[in-house]
Formats: sequence, C-alpha cells, structure tokens
Amino acid sequence: MRKSLLLVSMLIVASIIMTACGSSAATDAPAADATEAPASPAGFGVTLETVKARGNLICGVNAQVPGFGYVDESGNYSGFDVDYCRALAAAIFGDPSKVEFRPVTASERFTALQSGEIDILSRNTTWTLSRDTELAGNFTATTFYDGQGMMVPADSGATTLKDLDGGTICVQTGTTTELNLADVMAAEGISYTPAVFEDADSTFAAYSEGRCDAVTTDKSGLVARRTVLADPSAHVILDVTMSKEPLGPMVRHGDDQWFDIAQWTVFAMFAGEEYGVDSTNVDDMKASSQSPEIRRLLGVEGDMGLKLGLDNAWAYNIIKTVGNYEEVYNRNLGPDTPTFIPRGYNSLYTDGGLLYAPPVR
Amino acid sequence: MQNKNQQTTSIPFWRDERILDILGQILFVLIVLFFGFVIIRNMNAGLAKQGVSLSINFLKGVSGFDISESLFPYSRSSSYWQAYLVGLLNTLSVSIIGIILATILGVILGVARLSTNFIINKLAAIYLEFIRNLSLLVFLIFWYLGVFLKLPKVNEAILWPGDIILTNRGVGIPWGLPTASFPTFRLIMLFGLVLAVGVFFGLHIYEKRTGRAPLTLLWTLLTFLGVSVLGWFVLPEQPVTLDLAYINGLNLAGGKVLSPEFMALTSGLVLYTSAFIGEVVRAGISSVSKGQVEASRALGLNAFQTLRLVVFPQALRVIVPPLTSQYLNLIKNSSLAIAVGFPDVFYVSNTVQNQTGRAVEMISLVMLTYLAFSLITSAFMNWYNQRIKLVER
Repeated sequence: MRKSLLLVSMLIVASIIMTACGSSAATDAPAADATEAPASPAGFGVTLETVKARGNLICGVNAQVPGFGYVDESGNYSGFDVDYCRALAAAIFGDPSKVEFRPVTASERFTALQSGEIDILSRNTTWTLSRDTELAGNFTATTFYDGQGMMVPADSGATTLKDLDGGTICVQTGTTTELNLADVMAAEGISYTPAVFEDADSTFAAYSEGRCDAVTTDKSGLVARRTVLADPSAHVILDVTMSKEPLGPMVRHGDDQWFDIAQWTVFAMFAGEEYGVDSTNVDDMKASSQSPEIRRLLGVEGDMGLKLGLDNAWAYNIIKTVGNYEEVYNRNLGPDTPTFIPRGYNSLYTDGGLLYAPPVR
Repeated sequence: MQNKNQQTTSIPFWRDERILDILGQILFVLIVLFFGFVIIRNMNAGLAKQGVSLSINFLKGVSGFDISESLFPYSRSSSYWQAYLVGLLNTLSVSIIGIILATILGVILGVARLSTNFIINKLAAIYLEFIRNLSLLVFLIFWYLGVFLKLPKVNEAILWPGDIILTNRGVGIPWGLPTASFPTFRLIMLFGLVLAVGVFFGLHIYEKRTGRAPLTLLWTLLTFLGVSVLGWFVLPEQPVTLDLAYINGLNLAGGKVLSPEFMALTSGLVLYTSAFIGEVVRAGISSVSKGQVEASRALGLNAFQTLRLVVFPQALRVIVPPLTSQYLNLIKNSSLAIAVGFPDVFYVSNTVQNQTGRAVEMISLVMLTYLAFSLITSAFMNWYNQRIKLVER
C-alpha cells in the first residue's frame, strides 16, 4: 500500500516537472513566438489571428439596455452596440452572424477585456482618461455622444437637481455615472443618499419600487429603460445634463492592428452615411459609382482592406449586411422604435453633428 | 551481536519505514511549493503581458464615489482605503448583529422542536424544513424586493408601537442622542467595567479559597450596572437623550434609520442561519442521555433547573463545534449583500476594483479579510469549547 502510494506520487511529480519544462520554454521567449501563441491576449496581429482561428468574434455587450444591447425572450440580441459587433464580424468574415455575444456587467467588463475573455467591448462604455491608461484599454472611436441625466416620477414635481436635496438616488456601481453623481452633487452642494446596485435591472427595479426619489444614468439609458417600466408616462427625464459621456467600443492595449480594424469599422459606417451608400444601393454603387472615395471604400479601387489585414470587400460587407451608421441608428434608436432618441450630436458633421470619418485613402 | 548489527545496517534505505515516512512528507511539501510557484509565476506572466504590476499604493487615491451607509463620516473625497474600511465595518456590524439574533432565535427553535406540545413542535419543524431548503440568495432577494421595498411609501407609513416607522425608504427606530456630558459618562462606564472585572476575579479567588460558590456573574453585572446608573443620575444633564425617528418630507429623519438593504440582509441571514442553528441545538440536547434528566428530576430539580444545570452544559459540548461553522457561514454569506445593494466589504471592494482596475489586489484583500474574520471567530469558539469541555479527573 505504502509503496504504491509512493509510486503514484513520484509519477505525479515527474509529470509536473515535464509539463513545467514545456510551459517555461513557452513563457521564456514570449516576444519571439508571440504569433505562435494565439491565446496570448496582446501583441500586434494576435487578436485578428485568434478570432480567425476560432471562426467567430467574441463581443462583450450589455444585455439590459433596450436600444443599445438587449436580449429578448428568445435569446436574440439586438441594439446599437450589438449591431456594431455584427459590423465588425462582417468586416472580418463577411458574415455578420459570426459573432458570439457575451453579456458582461459594468463591473466585470474591463477585467473580461484585459484577460482576453472577450475580443472587444461594445457596451455603452464611456471614454475617460483613466480607462484609456490605468485599465489598459483603448477607445477606438465615439459611436454615441451621450450625457448623464436624471429621471424622476412625474408626480414628484421635481424639475432641477436642487429639488432632489436630501433625497435618495439610485445609481449603478462601477460606472462613470456613480462618480459624476458624487462630483456634481458635491459641486452644487446638494446632499443626497446614494442607493447603489450591481446591475441595471436591479437599479431600475429598486427605483420602480419607490426606493429612490430619482435614478441616474446616461440619458440614452434612461430613455431606453423608461420603455420597460410599468408606466413609462409616469416618469420624466429632467432637463439637466450632468456630464459628457462619449460612448464607444474599447479594445485592450498592445494590438495596434486590432485597434485599427475596430476603429475603421466605425469610420466605414460613418463614411457610408456621408457618401449616401446604404444596404439597399451598395451593389449599384459598387458596380457603377465613379466617385473615387466610394470606389476606395467599397474596395473597387486600391487595397484599403488589405492594409487592415482584411478582405478588400470589408466595408462593402459591413454596409451590405449590417448597414451604414444611419441605418443602424434608425433600426435601434430611430423614430419608429420605442427607444427613440433624437440624433442631436450624433449627426454627421455636415448636419451640425460630431460624426466625422477621416478619409479612406 | 556482530550478526545483529550487520542486519540493521543492511536494510536498504528505500525499504526503511522511518526514512520513507520522512521522504514522503518532504515530497508532499515540495509538490505544494511547486504548485504555488507555478501559480504565482503564471499570474506574474499574465500581469506582465497586460502591462500591470502589483501595488497597493492606489489605495491612497481619492475614491470619487459615495457610499450609502457608513459608520464614520465618508465622502467622495475620502480615499479608497477609507472606502474599504466603510465596507469592513458594515460587514462586521451585520455579522455581529446577525450572529447574536440568529443564536437567540436558533436556541428557541431547537428547544421548540423538542417540545412535547404538538403545535409548537410541528410549527418549528415546518419552519426549519422550509427555510433550510431555500437558496439563501433567493431568500435575500425575496426579503428585499418582496418585503422591505413593498412597504408603503413614506406618506403612508406604518406606525408600530415603540415609535417604529415602517416605510419603503427604511425602518425608523428610536435611538440615543449623546449630549455634552456623554464623554464623561463614557469614562464612568469604563470605570464601572474595570471595577466589575475586579469583582469578578475577587469572587473567583474567594470561591477557590473557601470552596463556597458565590453568584459571581450576578455580582459582576450588578457592579457594572450600579456604577453606570449612579453616573447617569449624578451627572448634571442626561448623557443620552432619546431621539425619535420622524417623517421629513419624502424621507425619514431623526432616530436611527435602518435602510431596506440592511434590513433585508440582516433578516435574511438571521432567519436562514437560525434554522441551521435550531437543528444543531436540537441535536445537542438530544445527545444528552435520558438517564441524566431522570436522575436530576429524582434529585428534586424542576424542569427548568434540569435544563439549565444538567442538560444544557452537556449539550453545549456537542453544540459548539457545529455552531462555530454556522457562525462562519453567516459571516461568509454576508457577502451576498451585493445582491441587495448593501455596501459590505465585498461590494465596496468590487467598486474600488472596477474604478481602479486593480482586480488581483482587491480580491486578495477581500480574501484576507474574510480569512481573518473566520480565523478570529473560530479561535474564540475553540477557546470557549476548550473551557466547557468535559473535565476528566
């Protein structure tokens, strides 16, 4: 008995030593054979290679904000941020369905991105300096210009932040909203008690039960969440903007190629709207357009896609299968949807908005 | 003689039991160390790839967020470390209050479960079986969304006798408001405590010398209370005045306002853990043999005396070890506070981690915190167990 025990433990040790030698050889020279280790979360070109080898894109999304990222009863994802993931998948594979959506909470999203669990974070995330640096991420572009707002029950009669003095405010943890709330209230000298929750569902559940006098998050989020409250007309969004909230997709540090792909996917959608290319006319445009800009964008002229490490029809695929920015906006946030948000800053620069794509050349 | 010597030296070391024992242990330690080494090395490699290095200096930074309830003044300009301390104290208060209430309720349940009264017995049985077989997380969310948030709004508050106000913004209870003479009173109470400890040891020595057993605990308590009450009336003004909670606009003010989050977490933990403690107490009492009860009744002790002097001291020896693990469960389960939005140490640390991106550091800190709580609790309970265990002569 004792002998066999000893034998087993010796075998275990031997196997450990062998595997250890194997793994130490791999980690000793990470720079040299970075391309041979597709699981490595960073390094130029690694992410695209991993995604291609896997055969799909893993996209970290919100599952609780209608219009931006939401799962319906049958498990289908829809929303503005979700469609961006589809566009990215279309740019890489030519097929918008080759994406796996992974719902992440506000507080776990950055860890999920850092550790390589998701390839890209497209979850109404605000671009800030510390997230760009400390959290080892890079924001690719702003897809939605938002601002923090405050929603109150209509019968409370509150119209300004001052009316909320001494009240309780529901807020979600791990967000810039939580920090802005503290900043703004301190600056204006308004005393309040926060009631902080782990996710959007519990924040709004507590608000609708009357736990708080008001609830705060990005205005887009308030509009979206109001549609799923028991009586949407019983709640008003105050006419105050408490912060700047530029929202956009985020990638991790260290892979510039992946950053470029993620960024130019956004710009291709902007450019599509600017040049009037949409999913209905993209085939005609490709066949007959004489505009050099459109020809370059759709891959008729030049090798823009190849420069990104993609197929030359990358932008064509995005616009053909998912649509340009306007189509995606109207599908999720347009006047015909319950989550209608006027475009405001989110118009092309030619219409007085902030959307501006650098030239595709 | 010569022959014998040769025989002992000729046993090869790989067949020598003594050497094999030692070798086996060394091997085991090596395996453990090696695993630890691989894990830490793996983490360092991962962190290096992400360009992050471990450090706890970030704890000095300004937190920037507010916390709903805190036992000491805390604002957005306090540091992350202070935020952590807020969470730590909140966890401690929930754990201490929870353990005390769960023990009281658990003992009552355990005794009721053994009652010969059919209704009491069955009611306790139903309660135990029902609560013990629920998921604690579900139970907590039920208490939060289903009970405390379903209380009426402030303007329709339920008023209970004893000046208790029940609303969906929290439960207001009367609370003491310290006055100017409170610091002096605190000193007097401290003096009373010292005196009481003196009396305790004095009577202990008296008992050892004379062999007569005085009511040590009663006298100790009386000393402390006597000094305190005397101090209360001697001081020019009352050291503590009663502060009642009242309704102020949309919120509660005055007294002590217990938030729905705190109430949900505490009631959930207490009711859940008390069911387990009830079973532990029942097992402990059942373990005392019937002969003991019959003997003590034959000696003329009444039912209560039998329970207090004969059954309970013996039952405690069986009760304390599993009771300790129920206490530990309660402390560790309090981290489910995150589900009902109560800012305990885990919840606050989660927020800090998210605002700073310091996952490894904060999770390690939280793990150390729970480890420390558990080890202290179990050290105390082990000491108590040692004290009450059967003294064999």
